[in-house]
Amino acid sequence: MMPDQELDTPAPPEIGEAQLALLERLCNACAVSGDEGEVRKIVLEEVRPHAGQVTVDALGNVLVSKTGQGEMIPRKSTAGQARLRVMLAAHMDEVGFMLTDDEGEGIFRFDTVGGLDAAQLVGKPVYIGKEHVPGVIGARPIHLTTRDELTQKITLESLRIDVGPGNGGKAHIGDRATFATQFARLGPSLLAKALDDRFGVASLITLVQQPPPNIDLLAAFTVQEEVGLRGARVAAYSFDPQVAFALDCTPANDLPPWETDEGRIENTRYNTRLGAGPAIYLADSSTLSDPRLARHLVQTAEALGIPYQLRQPGGGGTDAGAIHKQRLGIPSISLSVPGRYLHTAAGIARLDDWKNTFALIYHALSRLSPDLFALER
Amino acid sequence: MPDLQSFLKTLISTSGLSGHEAPVRCLIEAAWQPLVDETAISRLGSLHGLKRGSGPEPRPGLLLAAHMDAIGMMVTGHSDGLLRVTEIGGLDPRVLPGQLVTVHGRQDFPGVVVQPPSHLLPPEVSGKTAPLETLLVDIGLLPEQATQEVQVGDLVSFAQPPIELSDDLLAGHSLDNRASVAAVTHCLELLQGRSLQWDLWAVASTQEEETLGGALTSAFALRPALAVAIDVTFGAGPGSPSHKTFPLGGGITLGWGPNIHPALFNAFKELAERLEIPYKLEAMPHHSGTDAYAMQVVAEGLPTMVVSIPLRYMHTPVEMVSLKDIRRAGRLLAEFAALLDDKFMEKLAW
Repeated sequence: MMPDQELDTPAPPEIGEAQLALLERLCNACAVSGDEGEVRKIVLEEVRPHAGQVTVDALGNVLVSKTGQGEMIPRKSTAGQARLRVMLAAHMDEVGFMLTDDEGEGIFRFDTVGGLDAAQLVGKPVYIGKEHVPGVIGARPIHLTTRDELTQKITLESLRIDVGPGNGGKAHIGDRATFATQFARLGPSLLAKALDDRFGVASLITLVQQPPPNIDLLAAFTVQEEVGLRGARVAAYSFDPQVAFALDCTPANDLPPWETDEGRIENTRYNTRLGAGPAIYLADSSTLSDPRLARHLVQTAEALGIPYQLRQPGGGGTDAGAIHKQRLGIPSISLSVPGRYLHTAAGIARLDDWKNTFALIYHALSRLSPDLFALER
Repeated sequence: MPDLQSFLKTLISTSGLSGHEAPVRCLIEAAWQPLVDETAISRLGSLHGLKRGSGPEPRPGLLLAAHMDAIGMMVTGHSDGLLRVTEIGGLDPRVLPGQLVTVHGRQDFPGVVVQPPSHLLPPEVSGKTAPLETLLVDIGLLPEQATQEVQVGDLVSFAQPPIELSDDLLAGHSLDNRASVAAVTHCLELLQGRSLQWDLWAVASTQEEETLGGALTSAFALRPALAVAIDVTFGAGPGSPSHKTFPLGGGITLGWGPNIHPALFNAFKELAERLEIPYKLEAMPHHSGTDAYAMQVVAEGLPTMVVSIPLRYMHTPVEMVSLKDIRRAGRLLAEFAALLDDKFMEKLAW
C-alpha cells in the first residue's frame, strides 16, 4: 500500500504483534452485555495514559475525548478547514448467557443474552462469572438418542450448564457465562470467541493511542450493543458529535453452497467475504448510511489501493443505528471486519482484513474535512 | 508416573482415533513399561502389557481390556478451502457445529466444525438438524493452501482442552475410554511389589468404536482364562433418562447380561462388597457395547465381565468423569487379580 503523498496524510499505525496481543486479551476476556467490566478494565488501562479526558458513564460506556491539532470548528458551522468532532464507537459487550435457575448438584438452567442459536451451544465448555468458573453444556449420549430425535433440533429449554456434582456453590443465579474458547492463530486467520466486536475495541484503542491529528476524536467503548444498541445511544448524546463511525465485525456467510445433482446453487446471500477487505455499510436493518460517508470511504480506499467490499444491504445492525438518530441527527456509517461464525464459540477472520480495515478508517479520518458536509445529503 | 489427573489429561490430549491409535499407544506404553514385565504390540495395534504370575506353568491369565481408541472424523473432500468430513465412531451431528478440532494434515492444523447457514443447505434439511455430510471444517487457510496441506483420508481429532472442574472432576473429549486406560494403569500401580499367581495381561485395545477388532484379536492371541472389559457407562445428568444412568462419583457399575459370565459377576460383586467399593448392577440385556461382546466369543469362548465408570455426556467433547470412580475401578481390578488362585476356575461352574 502506497502512502498518500498528494494528500499528505500521516502514515497509519500498523496492526502488529502488540495489537494482536491486545486483541487476544480482549477476546479471551468475558463481557456479556450488561456485565462488560472485564473488557472495560482493559480499555481503561490502555487508553488512560494516552487520553485527555476519560469517563465511565451511567451505563458503563467508556468515553474518551482526544483533542486534535489545528483550528477548532465553530459549533454551528460546517464551513472551513477546521477540526471535526468525530465519534467512533466500538462495543465492548458480547453475546452469552445468564444463569436463571439452580437445579442443585451443580446443574443450572440458563437463558441467552443477545442473538445465540441453541444449536451452537451443545457440547461447549463455558466460563461462569468473574472468576471464570469452568462448566460445560452437555448433551444426551448418542447411544440414548433415537434415530428420529437425531434429526430434531435441540432446544434451549433442554440445555443446562453443568459445573459438576459438588461444585454447585461455585456458581449462582444471575451469573453471566460465555464460551471458554481461547484465541488462536490459524495461518492467515484468527480464531476466537467475541471477535464481534473485540476487533472494533482493539482498533479504537489503537486510534486513541495514535490518533489522526486533524480531528477531535470522541471514542465510545459502548455497552449493551447486542441487546439493543443501548450504550451507543447515550454515548452519542453525551458526545454530540458532527459525524460518527461504528467499528464492528460483520458476518461473512461466504461458505460454499451444497451441491446437488443439478449442480451448484450460487451463494447469493454471503453478506461479506473473508479476505475481500473492510466491509462498508450502505444499509442494514437499523441504519441507512450517510451516502457522503460511504463515498468518502470508497474514495479513500480506491485512492490508497486498500481492498474493500460493500456489505450486502440487508439485515443486521450496529451502534450506528442508535447514534444516527440521536439529538438533531448525526451523519453515520459503519465499517466492519468480516468474520465467519460470529455469535458462536469460535469465529474465524483474516488478519489482513483487520489490517486493511484499520488502514481504511485511519486514512478516512485523516482525510475527513468539513467540506464533505458542504454537500446536501 | 505423574498423578492420575495429570496422566488422564495427557491421555485425552493425545490423538488416537480408531484404527490410528499409535500416538496414544506410545504414551500408554511408556507409562506401563515400569509396571509390567514386558510389553508388545498386536497385529491390529493393541498394546499388551504382561505382569507375570508366580504360579506353576501353564499359568492361567487374566486379561483386562480398556480400549484406547477415540471417536473423531475423517476428511472426505475439499470445498472452497473448507473440508468435508465423515465420522469415525458414533457422532451426534447436533453436537458438532462450533467444535474445535485438529486436522492431521501434512502438519496438525487447528480448526472448527461449522454449519453453513440454512440457505446453503439441501432443501430437505430445512427446519431439521444439518446432517454430518453438510457440515464443514474450517482451518483458516486459503483454498490453495488447504488443498495442498490436507488430503482426503486425513484424520480430524477433537481439540477441546481438558477442563478441571475440581480436584475430582475432569471434563473433555475422549474420556471414553481413556478414563478406563487410566483405571487399568492405576490397577498396575497398586500391584507394584505384589506377587500374583496368575499372569495379568493389561491390554489397551484398538478399534472398539468401530469394529471391536482390537480386543477380539488380542484375546485370541493371549488366550486368557478370563477377560474383563473396562469401559465407561452413562452418567446421570441433564438430558439423560435416570433409569439408564448412574451417578457420577457414586461408584462403578458391574455389568449383568448375556455378555457376562454370571459366576464371574458374582465374584466381582462379592469382592466389591468386601472392599466396600460402591457399585451398581448395570443391566446389559443384549449387546454390552463393550470389548466383552467380542472377547466372549474368541476361540472356544471365554468367561467375560464388564466393569464400568460412569461418565456424563458420552461421545461429546465435554464428557465428564470422577477420578474417584476411576480409582475405585483400578482398585477392584487389582484386588481381583490378587485373589486369583489355582482353585478359581472351579468356581465358574454353571
